[in-house]
Amino acid sequence: MGEKLKTYKKHPVSFLFFLLVSLAALITVAIFVCLVGYIVVRGIPYLKPSLFALEYTSENVSVTPAIITTLYMVAFSLVIAVPFGIFCAIYLVEYAKKGNKLVKAIRVTTETLSGIPSIVYGLFGMLFFVTQLRWGYSLIAGAFTLAIMILPLIIRSTEEALKAVDDSYREGSFGLGAGKLRTVFRIVLPSAMPGILAGIILAIGRVIGESAALIYTAGTVAQIPKNVFQSGRTLAIHMYALSSEGLHTNEANATAVVLLITVFAINGIASLIAKRLQKGRGA
Amino acid sequence: MKNKKLLEKGMEILFLICACVSIVSVALICFFIFVNGVPAIAQIGFFKFIFGTEWSPSNEPPSFGILPMIVGSLYITAGAIIVGVPIGLLAAIFMSKFCPKWLYRIIKPSVNLLAGIPSIVYGFFGVVVLVPMVKKIFHVNGNTILTASVLLGVMILPTIINLSEAAINAVPESYYEGAIALGATHERAVASVMFPAAKSGILAAIILGIGRAIGETMAVIMVAGNQPRITTNILKGIRTLTSNIVLEMGYAAELHRGALIGTGVVLFVFILLLNISFSVISNKRSK
Repeated sequence: MGEKLKTYKKHPVSFLFFLLVSLAALITVAIFVCLVGYIVVRGIPYLKPSLFALEYTSENVSVTPAIITTLYMVAFSLVIAVPFGIFCAIYLVEYAKKGNKLVKAIRVTTETLSGIPSIVYGLFGMLFFVTQLRWGYSLIAGAFTLAIMILPLIIRSTEEALKAVDDSYREGSFGLGAGKLRTVFRIVLPSAMPGILAGIILAIGRVIGESAALIYTAGTVAQIPKNVFQSGRTLAIHMYALSSEGLHTNEANATAVVLLITVFAINGIASLIAKRLQKGRGA
Repeated sequence: MKNKKLLEKGMEILFLICACVSIVSVALICFFIFVNGVPAIAQIGFFKFIFGTEWSPSNEPPSFGILPMIVGSLYITAGAIIVGVPIGLLAAIFMSKFCPKWLYRIIKPSVNLLAGIPSIVYGFFGVVVLVPMVKKIFHVNGNTILTASVLLGVMILPTIINLSEAAINAVPESYYEGAIALGATHERAVASVMFPAAKSGILAAIILGIGRAIGETMAVIMVAGNQPRITTNILKGIRTLTSNIVLEMGYAAELHRGALIGTGVVLFVFILLLNISFSVISNKRSK
């Protein structure tokens, strides 16, 4: 430590640089702590039982219908996106030949998809699913829109997970006389499962937090949709509606707490799985 | 035996079809946005639409000029870059080269969680904290370019930090050792050798950050004020391309609706250009 101080005395610019980078890191952590702390501390007193009443009224602004709609939305968009995403990744990793033009096109379009902002997805969903296919503002229109949005995430994480499976597994399976399909489904996919799961969990987080893509696809009706062609607002949209009305700021704050806790729990689970995966590989 | 072969072939084709979904999606998105937006732009007149300074859809006759929104998006994006990039890059340098392990276990998860916070929560934080703060300090209506820039700057921090940290980590250690051997201090070696060596990766991180900022919608709507005007005063409100779409799509009809989709076209083209420059830079790196 003393030696370090001596060098800093000789090189004040270096010291200044050290201060600057430390300060920047400190600011980043401070922002995180302030943001989360402020919302949680201010919101928790308003997490009253009436906020979780079964029926939504403009009086209690219950979050329960929004939570259930969010669960529907997560389930639907995953049901649509996960099979396509995993199969796409299987094709890319297990079947496609290197330098294939189609593979290149798939790569480019997947990258493009992950760069498109959610409002453009919302616009597309409104034009295609809501208007062109005449689904109206509905759960299903929102789910399809979000499915396209999370597709690149699932493809990429599955791809990484499949690539990480050691080739000796495949060779062993082939050596025992299994066909390609059997090898993929019985050997490769199960060993890649944790990685795929981590990707899916991250996708769930995106769906829960999404708002711009849903306003004009799933709509903003505060109810539990009775079928897939009815509109319903997810938690994020519910929160937007509350805070933009300006009448229920406290309830909006409490909703923010629910949203934050869910998203953090999901992130925690995803990184736990990822960590276990790394440990397993290291051993 | 024959059945098995058939199954193998059939599944391969199924995988192939699924793999094409992303291509089909991009094609559909492009098609629907352009087909619905471009005719409206043509009807209004390309130059009148892009360079028109007045947006008043309910006037008689209405005028649909989106220059204020283009300028608004650029302003707020530039502001977010000014706020987010210096902090983000310095924090990335700290995390990559200065951070003790125990501290890293605190900083890295906070950055990752910062990335996971939904934009609507950021927007809410902006409304209840940043807006009153700006109001108090500058004695103006708190919904300003400044407020939105600071908020967006925070929102793009995780993108900038994570990508540039990875870029700095990817620089070979021998560069650092060489600089130290020549008598440079640790700081000097990092700042004048490692950092420049990672510059293409850092540039890619900044471009991705710009994409995030320009496409962000809900948080911006809640704090930017949303007045469609051109101003040079950062203590005034402004409207972005994204907010224009969300704010008015709910009740727009006919040409007004077309003009809003046209706004989406312009935004989409911006994003595509950013994506292309991002992949050009990343391709150069991998070579």
